[in-house]
Amino acid sequence: MFKLFEPNKIFKITSKAPKYVLFLFIVVLTVGLVEALIISPEDYKQSDAVRIMYVHVPAAWISIGIFSSITLLSICGFVFRNKNFFLISKSLAPSGFVFNIIALVTGSIWGKPTWGTWWAWDARITSMLILALFYAMYLIVWRIYDKEEKVYKISTFITILGIINVPIIKYSVDWWNTLHQPASINIFSKSSIHSSMLYPLLIMTAAFALFSLLIFLMKYNTELIKIKNKGLDRL
Amino acid sequence: MINELLFMNGYAVYVLSAFSFTLLSFLGLYLVTKMQFVKEQNKFVAKFGLLTTDQANTAKSQRINKEILANVTNN
Repeated sequence: MFKLFEPNKIFKITSKAPKYVLFLFIVVLTVGLVEALIISPEDYKQSDAVRIMYVHVPAAWISIGIFSSITLLSICGFVFRNKNFFLISKSLAPSGFVFNIIALVTGSIWGKPTWGTWWAWDARITSMLILALFYAMYLIVWRIYDKEEKVYKISTFITILGIINVPIIKYSVDWWNTLHQPASINIFSKSSIHSSMLYPLLIMTAAFALFSLLIFLMKYNTELIKIKNKGLDRL
Repeated sequence: MINELLFMNGYAVYVLSAFSFTLLSFLGLYLVTKMQFVKEQNKFVAKFGLLTTDQANTAKSQRINKEILANVTNN
C-alpha cells in the first residue's frame, strides 16, 4: 500500500497542489477574518478581547495536532522502515512550530486584558511552552546531524518524549487550578460555546489547517528536490 | 462600523496586534519556505545543465526529474 504514496509517484500531485491550496486558503481566511473581526458578537464578560480566541485556539489545536501526527509518522517510519514517513514528519514540523509560537504569543496578548498579565506560569501555558521546546529540539536535530539513521532515531526519541506532554496540555485545566477555563468545545458532549462564536472559530481553524497543508506541501516538494539534487551528483 | 472595528471597546490594540502577529508569521513562513523551494529548484536546474547527454537521459528516465524540470518551465 505504501508504494502508492512513494514520492516518485505523488510528486506530480504534490507539485501542483500548492497553488490550489493557496487559493482556497486565501478564500477561507478572508471569510474567517470577516466573521471573527466583524460579524461574531462580543463576549458579555470579555467584550471584544474574546476575538483573540479566533487566532489563539486554532493555532494551539493545530500545533498539538501536528506534533501528534509527527510522533505517529516517526514511529511508523521505524516500524515499517519507510523513509517517506520521516520526510513527511520533517515537512510538517515548521508549520507546527510556528503555530505553537502563535498560540503562545496571542495567548500572552489575550492574557493582558483578561488576567492583567502578559505571562503566568500556569499549567496550560507552561506545557505549551514545553511543546515549543520539543518542536525546537526536533527541528535542530534535522539541522545538526548528517547521518540519516541517527537523525531518524534521535528525532523519533524526541517526539516520543514530547507526546507525553500532549495529554498534559489537554487535561492541565482539569488536573490543576489554572487561569485557563476548562474546554468549551467537546466532541462527545454538548459544547458550551454559542454557535455565533463556534462557526467563526471553525472557519478560522479550517483556514489554519489549509495554511499548514500549504507549507507542508511546499516543504515536502523542497525535500524531494533536495534528494534528487544529491541523486544528480551521483550520476 | 469602521470606528467600531478600530476601537473594539478599547481592546483593538490587543485584538489587532494578535491578528497582525498571526498574519505576519504566516507571511514570513510562506516566504521562507518559498525561497527554500526556489533555491533547491534552481540548484537542480543548474546541476542538470552540467550533465552529459547520456547522464541527462538517465536522469530523465525518472519521472520525478522530468516533473521538476517541467515545473520550472511552467513557472
